[in-house]
Amino acid sequence: MEENFNQDLQKELRREAIKRNWQLFKQSKLGMIGLYIVIFFLFLALLQPFLFLTGIWNKGVYDPVVGYEPIKDTLLVVECPKEYPTEKYESYQDCPAKGEVNVKKLYMAPGVEVGDMYETFIQPAPPSRRHILGTDSLGRDIFSQIMEGSQVAFILGLLSATLGVGISTILGTIAAFFGGKIDAYLMRQSDLILMLPSLPLLFIISAFAELKVWHLAVVLGVLGGLGGSVITIKSQALQVKVKPFVDSARITGGSNMKILFSHVLPNVAPLALLFMVFSVTGAIASESVLSFLGLLNIDMSWGIMIYLSQTDGFIFSGMRYWWLILPAGLAVTFLAGGFYLVGRGLDDVFNPRLRKR
Amino acid sequence: MSKDVLVVKDLNMHYETLAGNVSAVKNVSFSVKEGESFGLVGESGCGKTSVAMSLLQLQADNAKISSGSISLDGIEMVGMSESELRKVRWDGISIVFQGAMNAWNPVVKVGEQIREAIREHYPNNTKNENTEKIESLFKMVDLDSSIMDRFPHELSGGMKQRAVIALALSCDPKVVIADEPTTALDVVIQDQILKEIKKVQELLGLSLIYISHDIAVIAEMTDQMAVMYAGSIVEIGPTDQVFSNPKHAYTRLLLESTPSVVGEKKKLRSLEGEPPSLIGEENGCSFSPRCPDPSDKCKSGNSEMGLIEVADGHFADKCCVECG
Amino acid sequence: MKKNVIEVKNLEKYFEVSGGFFSRKKTTVKAVDDITFEIPFGESLGLVGQSGCGKTTTARALCLLDPKTGGEVNFFNNETSSMQSIDELEGEELKKFRRNIQMIFQDPYESLNPRWTIKDIILEPLNIHNIGDLDEREEAVSEILQTVGLTPPENYMPRYPHELSGGQRQRVSIARTLIMKPKFVVCDEPTSMLDVSIRISIMDLMLNLAKDLEVSYLYITHDLAVARYMCNRIAVMFNGKIVEIAETEELLNNPVHPYTKRLISSIPVPDPSYDRKVYDINFEELDSLIEKYGSDKPMIDIGNEHYIATHDVKGII
Repeated sequence: MEENFNQDLQKELRREAIKRNWQLFKQSKLGMIGLYIVIFFLFLALLQPFLFLTGIWNKGVYDPVVGYEPIKDTLLVVECPKEYPTEKYESYQDCPAKGEVNVKKLYMAPGVEVGDMYETFIQPAPPSRRHILGTDSLGRDIFSQIMEGSQVAFILGLLSATLGVGISTILGTIAAFFGGKIDAYLMRQSDLILMLPSLPLLFIISAFAELKVWHLAVVLGVLGGLGGSVITIKSQALQVKVKPFVDSARITGGSNMKILFSHVLPNVAPLALLFMVFSVTGAIASESVLSFLGLLNIDMSWGIMIYLSQTDGFIFSGMRYWWLILPAGLAVTFLAGGFYLVGRGLDDVFNPRLRKR
Repeated sequence: MSKDVLVVKDLNMHYETLAGNVSAVKNVSFSVKEGESFGLVGESGCGKTSVAMSLLQLQADNAKISSGSISLDGIEMVGMSESELRKVRWDGISIVFQGAMNAWNPVVKVGEQIREAIREHYPNNTKNENTEKIESLFKMVDLDSSIMDRFPHELSGGMKQRAVIALALSCDPKVVIADEPTTALDVVIQDQILKEIKKVQELLGLSLIYISHDIAVIAEMTDQMAVMYAGSIVEIGPTDQVFSNPKHAYTRLLLESTPSVVGEKKKLRSLEGEPPSLIGEENGCSFSPRCPDPSDKCKSGNSEMGLIEVADGHFADKCCVECG
Repeated sequence: MKKNVIEVKNLEKYFEVSGGFFSRKKTTVKAVDDITFEIPFGESLGLVGQSGCGKTTTARALCLLDPKTGGEVNFFNNETSSMQSIDELEGEELKKFRRNIQMIFQDPYESLNPRWTIKDIILEPLNIHNIGDLDEREEAVSEILQTVGLTPPENYMPRYPHELSGGQRQRVSIARTLIMKPKFVVCDEPTSMLDVSIRISIMDLMLNLAKDLEVSYLYITHDLAVARYMCNRIAVMFNGKIVEIAETEELLNNPVHPYTKRLISSIPVPDPSYDRKVYDINFEELDSLIEKYGSDKPMIDIGNEHYIATHDVKGII
């Protein structure tokens, strides 16, 4: 009876604690904005398999990698002049205009002359009802690619962050707790990793090994985990280590391992969680940079989308083919920013000193 | 009879927090005469420091003085603009802070920091005049004048605290507030600092407001004293009177719960319970849950609050006096 | 002859401090230098001195938190009914021994793990030493919470430290300390962070527990008035050494060492009509006593179990 009462009270207190922390998080406007952004992308990531499974989307058309839909359009064949301006065209950019095609592009099609109407497939196609963000130069649905990309971003970001923070928490705590040579070694190691420029290092790694999403997550996680966060976690663990409750456990006869796992780690955990959220941001950004440089063997991601628009020569076409660049670029910016903002919100919860009263 | 320098009347101050308004200071009235030292005693969270901060108008951003007046030499301070306050602050009323160790900027020499304060208030003084002034201040608090050229971290705790006193006196204030100036110090150094404050006060004829949780220090330092509990003054009067004939149950308990090194070793009385939360409105006597012998009226929360005079110049909370 | 629970002989704790950034020279700081005392069963010794005098270092050395660098600490062993040096203990034996010495810390806000419930905090010693089955452990926690005045215990067990007030937390610390039924507890200023109104109730609780459970305290404080209330004997510590040690009232009424005199005369008295006795800080009395009893010993007995140190303190007081 008393036991039950005890457990109920305990449950209730825990619920209260969660509620209180949630209230604190809610106080932070930035944190809430970040959370909404993250939830939005999570929704996108989950929406795509749902659409395929329910058959709302046909895999043949909407698959982000191999989908294709011919979109036909009838164009007027024109010849672009050598000198501008002319009556019809102001500048080089204006020809061919909307609904026109340059005859020089049609040298493979025999018998087409200036003034004819020519039926062709247009790719990349601008946004339409069927493809709300248009298609890319290979006729694949951009919106579907964005969804696929958010899956990749979540897997990559969360995996590498968890791995990295796991490593740095364990190593940082060990360094703080045991000190001496272990500490010295770990600190020099993280100095070394901090000193190495991470991007060129990733180039080298990708030159030697094929990098898939999982591999990249592990590499980013290990690099992040051995780097600067070890130092920060160590300093936190050092603060915990000298707290009287640790001394008190030692006086009672607690072993080092017991003290490490039951006293030091739980008190370092909030900081580690914070680190994790912040490092998701870094992982997402790194992925897009590496993909953009073509160093990753990934079928589809936001970075790949920007990469493709660049290799196909659309990246410098200004706003003309905006749907090829903007959605992917904004998605990277927003999701990375969203995780960062969530981190800021959590900071308010975990760091009482930053809290406004 | 000397005149009142500082008169505080019905001061009310609260903090606006997420959990609601915390009434830190409730209807506090007292006055301090010229050359007199006035003690404010109570446990932490009773509003002592909030009173001090209100007197200087240095309260935190979320603190609001809802009513009441603070007049220094006949000038009303509540509602003053920031620039007017800046004038009054150091040469009218100054403070020796609780965390004296943190009162100094670590990268500026001690003498320079005091000079800065003086320059703010006496812009026409020459550099030599200021140096002479600081030298005389240091002499007053028994510091060598070479300390001027030292950085704060080169000084010991006691020396820093002396220098803080010199800083507080640098603009010839009429009233000095000492907010637990010795809490972080050892007994031996505490004793030296207390003697220093007393000496300076008598020498300059200052009015001193001494804030402490330690009733023994208050006994030594002050002529008049007030006991605060849960934001209100529950007893106020001449120090000897309050000690020899305490009227409020809380004062009695405070006196009986303080160990001493002299006299018979006696059983001390403990005060059960915790101080009340100051959030929100409450009715009746805030001390009644901890009172060893509350009257029925007091327990029911219907008792009238307010101070009544029990002896010449000695006031105590009505409710508790009636309890007996 | 009284039985002692702990005997400390010539305890030393030296720290090596490297000179400067470039200097290889090391200086030795004698934080605790040659101190000797014993505490009989059921009695409490107050260790009084200014901060930095070595009080806390002594406490940490006695609790085996930091290893001592010299001297001997003997503890009464229940099984053999004789004094045993703690240097001889190793492994399991040492772990078992640790039950007998516990420590209460100064800061009730820092001495409890903020992520643990009160129940887990108090259970920890039982878990470490694997005492009793789960029900018995729970029963023990509930009992000890009642003993320290946290009733009803079910209300406190599932809570976290930050949900309790300073006084309640210090009660939890005491409960945690006493659940192992130690015979000797080191208290490092356990009431200095608490409010006056709560302080006495904690001190009374500790006095009552000492009587009921036959615990001896080494009570560390800078406040002689508190030490007077808590302890049978007081040792005054200065600069890493004990300068005077005597029965509480004897020490307060009849101080000999100039440092003790100075300490006593600087304590404010909660009575405005009382004029504090100001002792002359001179060395005449000390010198004449040293001459009378001889200066060859570090501590001399001047009667009434009143010991004073003979080492030269001129110029540093």
